[in-house]
Amino acid sequence: MQRIDRLGVLLSFSGALALTLLPLVVFKANRIVPGEPRALLDLVPTAALALYFTLAVAAAVAVFIQSPRIRLLTALIGIAALAIAVASAADILTPAGNRVVRVAPGAGFWIVLIALGLLATDALTRLRPGPVLRVATLVVFLAATLAALGSGFFDDLSIMREYAVNATRFAHEAQRHLLLALGSLGAAVIVALPLGVLCHRQPRLRNAVLGVLNVVQTIPSIALFGILMAPLAAMALAFPALAALGLSGIGAAPAAIALFLYSLLPIVGNTVVGLGRVSPAAVDAARGMGLTAGQILRQIELPLALPTILTGIRIVLVQNIGLVTIAALIGGGGFGAFVFQGIGQTAIDLVLLGAIPTVVLAFSASVVLDALTDLTRRVPR
Amino acid sequence: MSRSALVARLAILGLLVAFLVAPQAFAPVFAPLNEYGAPAIYDQGDLLELALSHLWLVLIAAAASTVVAVALGIFVTRPAGAQFLPLSRTLVNVGQTFPPVAVLAVAVPLVGFGQAPTLIALFAYGLLPIFENTIAGLESCPPPVLEAADGLGMNAWQRLRQVELPLAVPLIMEGVRLSLVINVGTATIGSTVAARGLGEVIIAGLLSNNAAFVLQGGLVTALMAILLYDGMRLLEQRYLPTSRN
Repeated sequence: MQRIDRLGVLLSFSGALALTLLPLVVFKANRIVPGEPRALLDLVPTAALALYFTLAVAAAVAVFIQSPRIRLLTALIGIAALAIAVASAADILTPAGNRVVRVAPGAGFWIVLIALGLLATDALTRLRPGPVLRVATLVVFLAATLAALGSGFFDDLSIMREYAVNATRFAHEAQRHLLLALGSLGAAVIVALPLGVLCHRQPRLRNAVLGVLNVVQTIPSIALFGILMAPLAAMALAFPALAALGLSGIGAAPAAIALFLYSLLPIVGNTVVGLGRVSPAAVDAARGMGLTAGQILRQIELPLALPTILTGIRIVLVQNIGLVTIAALIGGGGFGAFVFQGIGQTAIDLVLLGAIPTVVLAFSASVVLDALTDLTRRVPR
Repeated sequence: MSRSALVARLAILGLLVAFLVAPQAFAPVFAPLNEYGAPAIYDQGDLLELALSHLWLVLIAAAASTVVAVALGIFVTRPAGAQFLPLSRTLVNVGQTFPPVAVLAVAVPLVGFGQAPTLIALFAYGLLPIFENTIAGLESCPPPVLEAADGLGMNAWQRLRQVELPLAVPLIMEGVRLSLVINVGTATIGSTVAARGLGEVIIAGLLSNNAAFVLQGGLVTALMAILLYDGMRLLEQRYLPTSRN
């Protein structure tokens, strides 16, 4: 029986090192200048002491306690204490009514947050939750985070300030981001599934199609976006009816088409692999029972290949959510607009306002589709 | 690789080198893309130098991520690192959901503009496929083989060096190739934070509405990725005994 958890030692050590060397809170006179560190203990003594105590307990649990449930619970309490302490420091540091100064979480905050996040992730992994429980955990976690952010308690933190300035645009870009990622996925599924079935039946077609799609995959995304701009602009010019429908060289159209093209390979590839793995005995049995080719495809082959196909769809959705950020470079909108605007203004809060929702979105998509894949795998055969 | 495929790769390589050395010779090919006499060939820098800088950035990042990822992969599959294995698997899955732009954007405030944030993003992004494949490769060694190694009196280090790693090499190298191809493409995004590379050509084209620039930047990058992937596979088959099949 091992007494000491090595992962816990590593995480506690990194967290403690970050706490002693790096600031939890930085104060910025405005949104662009570099911040200066502020000591949490001077600003909010009670909250700071409570935080240090909680973190010490979390470290002890991480090192000595093996039970995943207790580890998960302490990690979550630690994250809450961290957020509360930093938010109350921001409240104290911000003069009433001042909209210029920014109080941002410092490097120490991020490292401790990552350490606690890893502790929680590790505990969750060891608990091995089933697919439904995983999605439920995600929903509860997202709801709790949104409720906390909506409560107004965190409004003095820099990222929330940036959000307050951009609130209407944020909703618009979020909608745009989802629409682009899901729309291109939908179109790709409609085309790629039949194409995958055809490729499964025709080996020569398979080599040609997968070869071409492999090459498409190597074209860097900003180039593919750009290459599509010229023909689309020409089409919009030649056919005013298309232009009236919203087709133009810049904006969402080239982005949607490029995402569609990138989406094809994983779905076609996984459909071919999935169908290839269906046992010939099952197909033979179905044929013996008098099922037609179409019935065999719909009732035997596709259901058995579904988990593999869903894995392909997960890859595409996660990849699309990430790639939409780049579409902002050609006026496609989405969270990338904040990222590139933030890079241009060297305003890190604005960058994070774009980057964090993108990561959360991609992660959530991955969890949900993974759960779906697991559920389809459990269907009795 | 068949003979004809090899010849085709060599032809592509020749074409790519010719274009990078003497791009103006290809001006008639790209000229029809632009109207009103806009330059057909990128004229704000040396294409060859940009391509080499791009390649250099990718190779350094890939070398660093290979060393780190293989070392970590070996560590978590030893008894000493077993407690890190479940978390590592989850991290590989979670990490792959991070968009490259987000990694890049977060690296900028830490290290400033230029090559450095791009190197960090490429390094971090390249870790995952290699780490994942190292674990898969090491875990796929058949138990009877490991028992035979123990039976021969090998210690843990000898077993790793002479049995496990050679058997895992094909999968590890596949991870390296994959991460190289992804990074050749991702490095173009680095140009948005002022890294020198082929992304510069593409972005210049986007800004000045010059389709020829965009196309040549994209083509050179894509061809580089394809040649790198196939070239690596060729070298593996020639020099790594366990990769031959």
